[in-house]
Amino acid sequence: MATIVQALRRPTSYTGWWSWVTTVDHKRIGILYGATAIIFLLLGGLEALIMRIQLARPDQTVVSPEVFNQLFTMHGTTMIFLAIMPLNAALFNFLVPLMIGAGDVAFPRLNAFSYWAFLGGGIILNLSWLLGGAPNAGWFGYANLTGTAFNPGHGIDWWVLGLQVLGIASLASAFNFIVTIINMRAPGMTLMRMPVFAWMTLVTSFIMIFAFPVITVALVELMFDRFLGTNFFVPSAGGDPLLWQHLFWIFGHPEVYILVLPPMGIISEVLPTFSRKPLFGYPVVVFSGIAIGFMGFGVWSHHMFTVGLGPVANSVFAITTMAIAIPTGVKIFNWIATMWGGSLNTKTALLFAVGFIFTFMMGGISGVMHSMASSDYQQQDTYFVVAHIHYVLFGGSLLALFAGAYYWFPKITGRLLHEGLGRLHFWLTIVALNVTFFPMHFLGLDGMPRRIYTYDPSMGWDLWNMVATIGAFMLAVSVLVFVFNLVTSLRRGERAGNDPWDGRTLEWTVPSPPPAHNFDTIPVVRSRDAFWEEKHRRAIAPVAGGSGRMDPGEEGGYRPGHDPRHSTIHMPSPSYLPVVVALGIVLAAYGLVYHLALAAVGGAIAVAGLYGWYMEPASEPEDTGQ
Amino acid sequence: MRVSLAQFLAAVAALVVLIGLVLAACTPSHPQSTFDASGPVAGMERNVFYWIFWAAVFVFVTVGGVLVYTFVRFRNGEGIPRQVHGNRRLEIAWTLAPAVVLAVVAVPMLLTLFRVSSPPAGEVAVNVKVVAHQWWWEVQYPDLDIVTANELHIPVGRVVDVTLTSNDVIHSFWVPKLGGKIDVIPTRTTSIWLKADKSGTYFGQCAEFCGISHGNMRFRVIAKPQAEFDAWAEAQRGPAAQVTGEAERGAQLFVAKGCLACHTIRGTLAMGKIGPDLTHVGGRTTIAAGLLDNTPEDLARWLRDPPEVKPGANMPNLKLSGEEVSALVAYLQALK
Repeated sequence: MATIVQALRRPTSYTGWWSWVTTVDHKRIGILYGATAIIFLLLGGLEALIMRIQLARPDQTVVSPEVFNQLFTMHGTTMIFLAIMPLNAALFNFLVPLMIGAGDVAFPRLNAFSYWAFLGGGIILNLSWLLGGAPNAGWFGYANLTGTAFNPGHGIDWWVLGLQVLGIASLASAFNFIVTIINMRAPGMTLMRMPVFAWMTLVTSFIMIFAFPVITVALVELMFDRFLGTNFFVPSAGGDPLLWQHLFWIFGHPEVYILVLPPMGIISEVLPTFSRKPLFGYPVVVFSGIAIGFMGFGVWSHHMFTVGLGPVANSVFAITTMAIAIPTGVKIFNWIATMWGGSLNTKTALLFAVGFIFTFMMGGISGVMHSMASSDYQQQDTYFVVAHIHYVLFGGSLLALFAGAYYWFPKITGRLLHEGLGRLHFWLTIVALNVTFFPMHFLGLDGMPRRIYTYDPSMGWDLWNMVATIGAFMLAVSVLVFVFNLVTSLRRGERAGNDPWDGRTLEWTVPSPPPAHNFDTIPVVRSRDAFWEEKHRRAIAPVAGGSGRMDPGEEGGYRPGHDPRHSTIHMPSPSYLPVVVALGIVLAAYGLVYHLALAAVGGAIAVAGLYGWYMEPASEPEDTGQ
Repeated sequence: MRVSLAQFLAAVAALVVLIGLVLAACTPSHPQSTFDASGPVAGMERNVFYWIFWAAVFVFVTVGGVLVYTFVRFRNGEGIPRQVHGNRRLEIAWTLAPAVVLAVVAVPMLLTLFRVSSPPAGEVAVNVKVVAHQWWWEVQYPDLDIVTANELHIPVGRVVDVTLTSNDVIHSFWVPKLGGKIDVIPTRTTSIWLKADKSGTYFGQCAEFCGISHGNMRFRVIAKPQAEFDAWAEAQRGPAAQVTGEAERGAQLFVAKGCLACHTIRGTLAMGKIGPDLTHVGGRTTIAAGLLDNTPEDLARWLRDPPEVKPGANMPNLKLSGEEVSALVAYLQALK
């Protein structure tokens, strides 16, 4: 086996499309994550549009109920696992090593593997449309509707296997970033000098390694039920469908914070830069993020207020849920205080950041409304919840990601996004998002349940459904404006230079786009917002948490000291093996559905790939990168 | 840069318009509006909603106002502003402030949570057992020896205790005007209590995704004065009506076409347990789990092709001839 693996010559090329397949450079992997996630975002959006057409008027038959169920299942699964999470991952990948002054992540090949496994999971999920039907039991896949008795087709199999593969990708990535952030910070970058985005990456990674094993266990049990005839969730054989709900939501609620903490980190970077002020109450913002991460594990049953757990259990989960509003509120107040007294540079990134605070606050407030268990008995599983999650995930996560896109696109590509198109994109998005999702509150209070493929004209839901559908098409236009801006700016955008926004963090000290090795010399960090402090130190007072002054005799711009340990730049070499392992895992997943022989082949490829990976040095001695 | 009074007022006006829209959307006339609470459970839950709604408006207007004001006032500033890193007192204050607001709204929420969790002691007048099926509701009155489907008849002003279980997957029982929802779970029993303050028909539907026809799993609660309820119960207890003429031909077809394998019509050979009990189906207001009115035309449409009306329905298309359909319609309509 070893000879087979070693027979593959190690790739040496750093250009051409093949170099993208074998790359282990965190920046290229970040770009791969971002580009793939945008494609999935468009797919998920298309699914949403079809649903909105179906619901625009009562008693429509644009799609069959079966297809409608597949659409909402895939829309939710796609947006959560294949759009927002990988968009976050794109920024983790591109930015975190730059922000903490590292040459790459701790495990570059594992990082490449995470991307390829993510892509494989996305393909498994989406090819299901062509292989007999997509999953159709909702992104939450409640047992026992997912059992073979009620769901004999392969849709749920693709859902289980796709999520398992994505889980492997997420866990690998989470461990990678924890190790990177703990171990590879530049000299002087203490944890409390670290950019908040890096902090939120760290917190999110910890949430992932605690939350994903739970869903993995639940999915394994479901897999056993479906493939091996066990009865974990089969009530007629003594299994318990509520076990699934507990397991799913112990994962599922922390997952919400996996989606929203990195965006909070983005906002905590964008606001100080465009206010020309440090983040107000940095320690409080950081610790609020940590608190949210912890508390997210203690609220899962608020998704289960109506399953009849009784008033005592419901009280406990109502109160823990309300408590999360406190650290979340604190963050919002600190963000506003960051802008207060600042010199706001009203670029598109700032507009999206302010838009984020506004709409995320609305989603947060409707979240607190849901925590009120006794009134939530009415709102549970209605369009009120649909409104809430879209205010949090679109009005929250996505708006922040847009802010991040306008902010960091110049660093990633060397060119600025077009400002006029950006403003158009912003205003279209803000209006469209409220036109689409605000009426859903009314529909929910008016008694419209979620996940119904049609409704009777006598219910009085026509008006707001039509408004929501019109809004959805406006949203589609706004997203197209963004994609157009991305594509045209990539080729014709204004040159950015190293530091177009008067940035504060280390990524702005290097060229745009950054060289493969990131830093010519690893910087030495003497304060929070070190780069900005250096640029402006004559104009401002010293900063808390650092001297803010260069050491005597170290006059001059920000070209900080030389750490001899980092004096030779030695970059990890490209490798086939991450792709090989991911491919083996994906083949094994298909084999579990079609034929065990294929599963065995896939498994063998994955094991051979891992063996080769183990034997292959991280960097070839003669290869020093570009 | 100072913000003008006009700008600030415009922002406040926008917020007020938004809140006005919210109130304008309270349309109690709609059949499933949660604002038209017609019983104590729905009423208490709506009152909790009003508490949190006004608290939410207060927080939204305050924080949203400050946010907009901050953005407008400090936009396009010049130069490097004073560098402020935080303010311990302020931060403690705005950690405590939301805690206080939450503690205030938590009180009515918790009190209501316990009040709606079980019926007032000693006041239960009627016990109902609901069994959910994909995609219809079986309604039993164990004390009255009644079995019906998709219609829950209750006496006005009396407490009704509903216990629920499911025959297949998880469903959720929800009559918005009478109370919040309760999930219906196979092998488990859940319960909810209802009381209607006035006579009328209340709309309900399944609120937990339960498969292809989840959107078609509707039902009605019909509240009527005690005397009428008693008369209804008396009639329901009796055996099926004796039929003659075309209806009698329908009764023979009911056996010959195999309908009896799934349906019960008490007093006849039909004792199937898979589909709804049809002993008094002619007296119901709707058929097919609230999808169609119980008229000869709609009934005929249902019999011609049930899965066309309700996708996934377990009742097959029996390929009945037009004449057979009309005989069966005559029979079923006669079963008052």
